[in-house]
Amino acid sequence: MNRLGALLFGAVALALGIAAAPALAETPKDTLVVAKNIDDIITLDPAEVFEFSGGEVIGNVYDRIMTYEAEDTETLVPGVAESYSVSDDGRTITLKIRPGQKFHSGNPVTAEDVAFSLQRVIKLDKTPAFILSQLGWTAANVDGLVKAVDELTAEITITEDFAPTFVLNCLSAGVGSVVDKKTVLANEKNGDLGYEWLKSNSAGSGAFVLKSWKANETIVLEANAGYRLGAPAVQRVIIRHIPEASAQRLLLEKGDADLARNLTPDQVAGVAGNAGIVVEAYPKADVYYLGLNQKDERLANPKVRQAIRWAVDYQGMANSFLKGHFKVHQAFWPSGFFASLTDTPFSLDVAKAKALLAEAGYPDGFEVELDASNTTPSSDIAQSVQQTLGQAGVKVSIVPGEQKQVITKYRARNHQMVLLYWSPDYMDPHSNADSFARNPDNADDAKSKPLAWRNAWDIPELTKETDAAVRERDPEKRKDMYLTLQKKVQEDSAFVIMFQSTEQVARRANVTGFVSGPTFDTVYYRLVTK
Amino acid sequence: MAQQTARPAGASASLPPAVSVFLRFVAAILLTFLGLTAVTFVIGRVVPIDPVLAVVGDRALPEVYARVRAELGLDLPLYRQYWIYLENVLAGDFGTSVITSRRVIDDILIFFPATIELATLATLVGVLLGVPMGVMAAACHGRWPDHLVRLLGLVGYSVPVFWLGLMGLLLFYAELGWVAGPGRVDIFYEGLIEPVTGFMLVDTVLAGEPHAFRSAIDHLILPVAILGYFSLAYISRMTRSFMLEQLGQEYITTARVKGLSEARVVWRHAFGNVMVPLVTVVALSYASLLEGAVLTETVFAWPGLGRYITDSLFNADMNAVLGGTVVVGAAFIGLNLFSDLLYRLLDPRAG
Repeated sequence: MNRLGALLFGAVALALGIAAAPALAETPKDTLVVAKNIDDIITLDPAEVFEFSGGEVIGNVYDRIMTYEAEDTETLVPGVAESYSVSDDGRTITLKIRPGQKFHSGNPVTAEDVAFSLQRVIKLDKTPAFILSQLGWTAANVDGLVKAVDELTAEITITEDFAPTFVLNCLSAGVGSVVDKKTVLANEKNGDLGYEWLKSNSAGSGAFVLKSWKANETIVLEANAGYRLGAPAVQRVIIRHIPEASAQRLLLEKGDADLARNLTPDQVAGVAGNAGIVVEAYPKADVYYLGLNQKDERLANPKVRQAIRWAVDYQGMANSFLKGHFKVHQAFWPSGFFASLTDTPFSLDVAKAKALLAEAGYPDGFEVELDASNTTPSSDIAQSVQQTLGQAGVKVSIVPGEQKQVITKYRARNHQMVLLYWSPDYMDPHSNADSFARNPDNADDAKSKPLAWRNAWDIPELTKETDAAVRERDPEKRKDMYLTLQKKVQEDSAFVIMFQSTEQVARRANVTGFVSGPTFDTVYYRLVTK
Repeated sequence: MAQQTARPAGASASLPPAVSVFLRFVAAILLTFLGLTAVTFVIGRVVPIDPVLAVVGDRALPEVYARVRAELGLDLPLYRQYWIYLENVLAGDFGTSVITSRRVIDDILIFFPATIELATLATLVGVLLGVPMGVMAAACHGRWPDHLVRLLGLVGYSVPVFWLGLMGLLLFYAELGWVAGPGRVDIFYEGLIEPVTGFMLVDTVLAGEPHAFRSAIDHLILPVAILGYFSLAYISRMTRSFMLEQLGQEYITTARVKGLSEARVVWRHAFGNVMVPLVTVVALSYASLLEGAVLTETVFAWPGLGRYITDSLFNADMNAVLGGTVVVGAAFIGLNLFSDLLYRLLDPRAG
């Protein structure tokens, strides 16, 4: 008894003593602390990064050949390059490299590094390599097509007649990041072009240097004082993995985090009254849509496809549980960019939907499955769709699943209806047209699996039009072609496009200058001040 | 677990007892691991998630997809894949995790200590508070201390840990500011503490950072208190019922009639007999915490093994899942062995 009692007493006293200790310091003035879910990062090599959080990191660590600056995230400008010129046949682009730039290592940035970076993407052939390989580059020919002419001049040649704006947009994607050839090759193992090393180290010339990445824990970035646009205002950026949105909110309210990146709409509403917190909305380029598998004869009926378009409560959702998070958008290319179509001709009209179903031969409707991710907002959208389609007579049963599970089923064309989103890989309308309006081979064993293919939507005519649009060199004509394509997909297709998303970021009131551009990899910390 | 599977090894007659016991243990461990990996492996392969997707993403070119599929060995028949995996494990290679792109063994060396730190402290809380509470409840059977302990236990059993964690954060971190928030250590110590042992309390001391050590304690209090409470609920309830059973026995009446003090009767006689089954209860409770308290780890942004395995499972990252499972299995077996040994020590009859 005595011994136990003493132990017990000791334990309680210890616990009380510790608990009574005074609380915590605030985040340091020169450090930006970001609370974010970063469990999607699997690599930080710019030749491989294709995840949201990873794209954000390399966007701050590497400078790109062509880029969107934090000051204006919608205008494509030369980055590492200072200027470019296009040959008369449109197939060769000459890049003049900005003189005086330095990598974090201190090495100068040269045309040789630019050429190496692009060649490396093609040779490693990781997921995002397609952005460059669609220009006609292969491991065999890339050394001849992408080369340094002199110290500050690089020349790239494409093998097909693509619009130069399209090519330049491709160079602004993550694969257009310029890596420090000397440093990367110094860390090469067994001819891997530094792949193993660059996964978790950096060799760039961007505004920040990667200090450390601990998977599912933290990322630490340090300011690059020699950045070409001047040193960032903060010394360090710490991105901390906080998977739970409510925990993010607490950290922010307490002042232990400066930014909370994954708050849900109701939590955003919850912090609205807090004087120390400001919520900012940034339009994003992702579009949310319903995919209708055309292997299902009911969904392949044009009248049914029309009926479903009229049986979704776009405005109702955008005004209620999606408020501030989504806006109604019904074209495959997001608004706010070159060649955006902003018409929203469809709205909820149950009577019309019913009439169309009757015309299609389904006066009593039918039963259909809808695959959707089991997280918000997808699960909420799915429920609303279920409800309004139900009013029109279509009985929807929701099949909830992990996001990856939904996509696995989708890629196998085993779904009936699916709710998913799509974000462009680079800011050219071809990025989306290529998937929504192009399906070169609808066979089950087709090699490429664009969204049109996944819904078994066989569209030889549209495919030709998409191919023509990416080759059109007159920007005005090109724009019209994309508007027409979007109009056609909007009016009748295997897709019911519903929303464009907005990122809501909650920040401490004293933290200004954070910029989140339209794509996942145009998020900038360098203008942040506290 | 170890004992039950050991029964069929019937070759003990000709061997000295110590050797046969040892062989049984070894056979049991091997069988358990084989079963564990086989079941996990099959589950991992029937999960409706394409593991290649987790590596290459949704938009990879078909050639990239096919190449990675072959690299992962997924084009081989299932039994071949399993065999290759076993060979690698025997060679000490758990493979590479898709999510963290590091060797699974390196990941475990980081994530498991975080879990051990939490689980050990929580179990300590559970034992140091739960056992006396259970004894007290039994000794005061039917009176208010008993009701109080039962109520506390009931709440601990029925309240979701996720909710309790969030409420705890809201009250003690956000409102009162008594403890630190999510994470293992305050943000500005990030990168200053070299992970030598993986135990934050030890590493901060090794790094010579008293403030960081204090910060680590601040961060531990709440998750330890909450997990400790759940462990306490279980341990106090089991202690109470073991004690009640003993206190109803005739030898207790005899002891009381002999005129021994109540404290001596309760602690010396009754509790002495309860210790043996209690060891198993504590070991089980500890093992279940080592498995990883996924929800608690999520709420407190705690980079522990449970969350590591769960995240990996949702990404069909089977190397990580299998590696984690083997480690948890090993911990289970180890604790079982330990409680078996302790059992022999505490109970003279089990020689």
